[in-house]
Amino acid sequence: MALSTLEYASTNAASVPRSAAALLWRRLSRNAGSLVAFGVIAAVALGAVAAPVIMPYDPDAPDAEHALEAPGRRHWLGTDLYGRDQLTRMVYAGRIDLLVALEATAIALSLGAVLGAVSGYRGGWIDQLLMRGIDTIQAFPSFILAMGIAAALGNSVTNIVVAIAITHVPIYGRLIRGEMLRIREMEYAEAARTVGNRQRRIIFRHLLPNCFPPVIVQATLAMGFAILTVAALSYIGLGIRPPTSEWGAMTAEGAGYIVSGEWWIFVFPGVAIMATVLSFNLVGDALRDVLDPRMKGV
Amino acid sequence: MLAYIGKRVLLVIPTLFGVTIVTFVLTYVLPGNPALVKAGPLATPQHIAEMERRMGLDQPMVVQYWRYLRGLSRGDLGESYTTGRPVLEDLIQRVPATLELTVAALLVALAAGIPLGVVAAVRRDGWLDHVSRLVGVGGVAMPTFWTGLLALYIFFYALGVAPPPLGRLGTGITPPPRVTGLLTVDALVAMHWRALGSALHQLVLPALVLGFSVMAPLTRMVRATMLEVLESDYIKAAWAAGLPRRTIVYGDALRNCMIPVVTLIGVVFGFLMAGNVVVESVFSWPGIGNYAVAAMMSKDSGPIQSFVLFVGVVYVFVNLAVDLAYGFVDPRIRLH
Amino acid sequence: MTDLLTLEDLTVHFDTDEGVVQAVDGAALTIAPGAVVGLVGESGSGKSVTALAILRLLRPPARVVSGRIRFDGRDLFALSEEEMRSVRGSHISMVFQSPRTSLNPVLPVGRQIERLLVLHGGAAPGQARERAVAMLREAGIAEPDRRAGQYAHQLSGGMCQRVMIAMALATNPRLLIADEPTTGLDVSIAAQILELLRDLGRRTGAAILLITHDLGVVARLCDRVVVMHAGQTVEWATVRRLFHAPAHPYTRALIRSIPRVDREVAMEPIPGSVPSPLAPPRGCRFAPRCPLVRTECAAHVPVRTIGEEHAVACVAVEAS
Repeated sequence: MALSTLEYASTNAASVPRSAAALLWRRLSRNAGSLVAFGVIAAVALGAVAAPVIMPYDPDAPDAEHALEAPGRRHWLGTDLYGRDQLTRMVYAGRIDLLVALEATAIALSLGAVLGAVSGYRGGWIDQLLMRGIDTIQAFPSFILAMGIAAALGNSVTNIVVAIAITHVPIYGRLIRGEMLRIREMEYAEAARTVGNRQRRIIFRHLLPNCFPPVIVQATLAMGFAILTVAALSYIGLGIRPPTSEWGAMTAEGAGYIVSGEWWIFVFPGVAIMATVLSFNLVGDALRDVLDPRMKGV
Repeated sequence: MLAYIGKRVLLVIPTLFGVTIVTFVLTYVLPGNPALVKAGPLATPQHIAEMERRMGLDQPMVVQYWRYLRGLSRGDLGESYTTGRPVLEDLIQRVPATLELTVAALLVALAAGIPLGVVAAVRRDGWLDHVSRLVGVGGVAMPTFWTGLLALYIFFYALGVAPPPLGRLGTGITPPPRVTGLLTVDALVAMHWRALGSALHQLVLPALVLGFSVMAPLTRMVRATMLEVLESDYIKAAWAAGLPRRTIVYGDALRNCMIPVVTLIGVVFGFLMAGNVVVESVFSWPGIGNYAVAAMMSKDSGPIQSFVLFVGVVYVFVNLAVDLAYGFVDPRIRLH
Repeated sequence: MTDLLTLEDLTVHFDTDEGVVQAVDGAALTIAPGAVVGLVGESGSGKSVTALAILRLLRPPARVVSGRIRFDGRDLFALSEEEMRSVRGSHISMVFQSPRTSLNPVLPVGRQIERLLVLHGGAAPGQARERAVAMLREAGIAEPDRRAGQYAHQLSGGMCQRVMIAMALATNPRLLIADEPTTGLDVSIAAQILELLRDLGRRTGAAILLITHDLGVVARLCDRVVVMHAGQTVEWATVRRLFHAPAHPYTRALIRSIPRVDREVAMEPIPGSVPSPLAPPRGCRFAPRCPLVRTECAAHVPVRTIGEEHAVACVAVEAS
């Protein structure tokens, strides 16, 4: 059908070109919240990396004289039953939480991406099989499944990472599969095929990189979930166990002191969790605004 | 519509099988020898070997899975070595507590979360919208166990209005005769007013905490849906047709918004079940969540397996119910 | 005969993240009672915004910077929101693109017409149902009684548009605004819809403002045409004059670029591109691409009458 005359005659209005990075910076800097969020994540990451250098106390060294001290000049966030400085412990704990979340997300992303890509591109029985597998994982609330896996495998850091990673695979699997279904029909896939590329090459070198924007957004948000999961698992005793410091476990230690009033032991680790998760969420939202506006409000 | 129902129901079957496979694999991987546990600390190696043979633990994995399925169909969920009773009995005894808490929390979340989300979208950038965004963004980031501890500290320790987290009834109150297992309902039926009051008093804080934790994602989703609906073509056409604001926003838009919200209930339920475990732990609530955690700590495989199975099965059916409800509510599905 | 609608000096800005979009600049048009007027322009030329402005449906980030609208002797901008609401849907109705999504998916289509009749016409519910079914029949829908109980997704695109037209005309408006009513419809269906509009318009005496990018539609349906370019109204003429003696350089280029089947003509796309509404040129926005451009074009462009019911916003055109 011929174009109407005006459609033919018109050309697009000139649009001002803007690189993604410039747009991201502008969006973030305009919103004070996002900037603060970035700052928080940077601080936590810095603490995780530089903890032994910047923290004055040894996280594990007991100091009976100063047990259960309220926040004050010497111990900014107070001390616990053994006199250990809470601030130091929290910074060290940040290492664990961040590390677990990062590793779990990386594993889930890689695995999910491969599964989703193959599933979406090939279709047919492979797709059906993989999707049934993902459905099965998603048949459980993810925390319950993580509990089960953690109980089955044991309390080590590695096992917790595996447990969380498994429950997160469906997120990336479905996302990439969806993107793959969308993209595989598009022209450059056709072009790559005609040039004679092998399927694997097509999937991984040409199509997958274009799926990245929503994946990055999702990964950032999933980091927050991962931290909440490891903290909750540790709280109920299935995750990281003492003497390793971890925010959830520290909160559990503080639970008993509610009735005696030493509030600082449970409050601050929870604040750390909340601030970190919130920051990941805000940054994730900002990334989504920039990279994938059509996902807004999801 | 019939095709819709049929397809959904049919899909449930393989999913249920998948659930049983997952729970079976989990306990298969679980360290520890159940035969050892069952035979007791004084067992000789021959005893243990005999026990292993009797429990079928020397069989290949597939055969064990088959035995497991057969056991399930008979209602045999194994035994808990910590309580010494069949797991099924333990579950029956504990499920009502969890159910009561879950239902109460769901009511809280729906009653507070949906209106908040709707009004936040309607009066965009108003003060209620900011509150909803705070709740949505903040609430999602708050670990539920921390919210619970905070609530206990403020309302129990500092303000003294909440009871000590010692269970479902205050000390010294006799429980009403068990009809449903739901204390509030049973007390109501038996007209034990003191028990009813105490049960509600104990229920308030954990229900609020759990309800708040799921309210956050719910409010976000309702707000997002409502915003989308308000931007849709038919709403714009309604404005152009001169319909009054009340009809457009609280009639047309709201109705269209509530349809996808039905599917959200399924997601919310998943959050509820997860949050349940943590809240039961914080408040020492004698439900299946606490039961499972204790079993996991002591590597008691029967309860662990059955808990995960139970939750999986319930979740599958809840999602099915939600899907079917959606089919009824949305005319686009109900009529071809 | 006084005009039904006069629009003067309408300027609409949008406040966006990227800056202020000057979507409409000094637009003007008139519609006589019962006339069929086409508002023609490329996508993005501000036609839909103008239509929404008439009904005062523009919301932030849109801002009406200036404008005067007289409808049926009343100044529309002076009305309260409540008074304006009673104008919408009853004195002035609007039909949109994408008919299926313009209908409420969870209400039967008959009900959607009925409640308008009750609201604007004060009809009793029983009467309203009869009237609604009658309207559907007039709009060319077979088995209107059955269809009235159906939902939008059960109707074809063409039928949905008929329903929308029935809805719009049920209250006997004096002006019907149709914004690209045939976009997305099959060619044959589109032709039927246009015929329907014209017939119903004639029968009810309603004037029609037809917004479109398709000159062919204009030729078939309209008495008069208003041409818009980059937010400015540049030419007003009868259909005949527009096609046989286009005056404005933009219009001329447009007419020239129509592919013709009756003789060999080189296709001449208009050179250059439409100016960005973020930083439009001062004065005439076609000037940067215009073969007749002069220095005066950067100043305010006067509207000159150059013939029988033919006006143009250009300094370079002589009266014919």
